[in-house]
Amino acid sequence: MKEFLEGSRAVAEIIKLCKPGVISAYPITPQTHIVEELAQMVANGELSSQFINVESEHSAASVVLGASATGVRTFTATSSQGLFYMGEVIFNIAGVRLPLVMTCANRAISAPINIWNDQQDSISLRDAGWIQLYAENVQESADFHLIGYRVSEDKSIMLPVMICMDGFILTHGIESVDMPKQAQVDKFLPAYKALYKLDPSEPLTMGILADPDYYMEARYAIHATFKDVLELLPKVSQEFSDIFGRDYKDLLVEEYFTKDAEKVIVAMGSVCGTIKEVVDELRAKGKKVGLLRIISYRPFPYARIYEALKNVSKVAILDKSVSLGAYAPLASEIKSVFSNKKKLPKVISSFVAGLGGRDITLESIREIFRKLNAKELVQEFIDLKPELLKEQYE
Amino acid sequence: MFGPLIVKPEKSKGDKTGSWRIKVRPKYLQKNCIACKMCLLVCPENCIIGKEKNAFSTDYNFCKGCGLCAVVCPKADIEMVEEESLEDKKGMAK
Repeated sequence: MKEFLEGSRAVAEIIKLCKPGVISAYPITPQTHIVEELAQMVANGELSSQFINVESEHSAASVVLGASATGVRTFTATSSQGLFYMGEVIFNIAGVRLPLVMTCANRAISAPINIWNDQQDSISLRDAGWIQLYAENVQESADFHLIGYRVSEDKSIMLPVMICMDGFILTHGIESVDMPKQAQVDKFLPAYKALYKLDPSEPLTMGILADPDYYMEARYAIHATFKDVLELLPKVSQEFSDIFGRDYKDLLVEEYFTKDAEKVIVAMGSVCGTIKEVVDELRAKGKKVGLLRIISYRPFPYARIYEALKNVSKVAILDKSVSLGAYAPLASEIKSVFSNKKKLPKVISSFVAGLGGRDITLESIREIFRKLNAKELVQEFIDLKPELLKEQYE
Repeated sequence: MFGPLIVKPEKSKGDKTGSWRIKVRPKYLQKNCIACKMCLLVCPENCIIGKEKNAFSTDYNFCKGCGLCAVVCPKADIEMVEEESLEDKKGMAK
C-alpha cells in the first residue's frame, strides 16, 4: 500500500517487517529518527525485538556483533562520527562473517563539525568487508534493507550489509512509498538460521587469534566472496521484483539514457535524482546525455561499469567525498575500470560537489555537463567559494 | 568462500608447538620425586603428565623448554638438558 512517509519512518517500518531479534543503536543526527521509531515500536509492543540501550556507537556495534554471533537477526543504524566510533567493530563483524544490516545515514565528517549530508563516512569504511548499497530515494532506502538481509544471510555470503542513504535528503525527506505486506516479506526473507553460532551446549570460538599461518586465508575468503555477491545481487533483484513488483535490474548499476549518450555523469545516491532531472531537460533539447548510477559500491562492479561506459566519449565522475591528497574515491575507481582496456572514453573528468551538505542544484549539474568537454578536468570542485580561501594566519 | 573462522574446543591440542623449543628441554630423572605436583602447577603449557611418585613426564609436543619445572622442583629431580638433535628437539617421534 502506498503511504506518504519520512525516509526514517519507512526504514523503521521495513525493519519491523524483517523482525530482528535484537536492535541496538545510539542516536546521532541524521540517523536518530530511524532508531527512535524502532524504540517506540518496541515500547508500544508492536515489535517483539529486544532494544538494547547503550552508551556509545562502539557498544551498539558490539551488541549487534554479539547478538548476531548467537544466531539472531540484528539491526543497527548510525552516521558520520558514530560510524567511525564503531570502526574497529565494523571490521570485526565482517571478519567473523556475521550477517546483519546497518543503515548509514550519510553525513559529513568532522572537523569542522558538520551534521549535513555528504558520503565521506561510509566511503571511508569501504575496505571493511561490508557490502555497500547506495539508495537514490526513500522507496529504495526501504527496499534495500529487505534486499540487504536476504543477501547478507545467504549461506554462501554471510557478510554484513550497509545501506547508505543520504542524511536529511532521504532520512528526513517525505515521499510516497509502497510498503510491502508482512506475508510478502516473509516469503522473500525466511527466518534466519545461522550456519554457526555461540551456544553453550556446542561450544566454539569466533574471531580467535589467527597467526601468519591462517590470517591471509581468512581475508582472502572475504575478498573472494564479494565476487559471489556480484553474481547473487541480480538473482535476488529478480526474486524481489517477482514478489514486490519493483525492478532494480542487476542491482549493481542503473543506466539512465546511457545507450547512445555522448556525455555521461557517474554518481551515487540521492543526487542521481537531480541528475536525471537535468538529463531529461537536456535530452528534450536533443543533447545526448545520460547518467550511470552506481548502486553497489562494494562489491565494485568493474565489468558492468566497463560495459556501460566503453562507448561513451565523455564521462564525468561526481564524488560527494574526497580522498584528501589523491583522486576522489569514485573517480579513482572508475578510472581504474579502463586500465589496459581497448575501448575507453576519450575524456574522463572528475568533479567533487556537495561536501558538508552544500546543495547540488540543477545548475550545479548543468555546470558539470558544460565543463565536460575536450579538456580533461581533475578534481574540479563545483560551487567552491574562492573568497573563503583568502584567510591568512601569519 | 570461508577461510579459517570457527574454532571448536580443544583445537589447540592439534597444534604441536614443541618445535618452538630452543636449546634445552626438561629431563625427568624419576628418582627422588615425591609427587608434590609443583611442576605440573607451574607449567605454562599445562603439558606435564603424571600422578604417582617418580612417574611424571612432559609432553615434548607442547613443551617450550622454559625450565620453570626444573627451578620449582624441591627435590631437584628435573634437569634441563641440551636438545640432542633436530629430530630429538621436535620430540614428536614417539
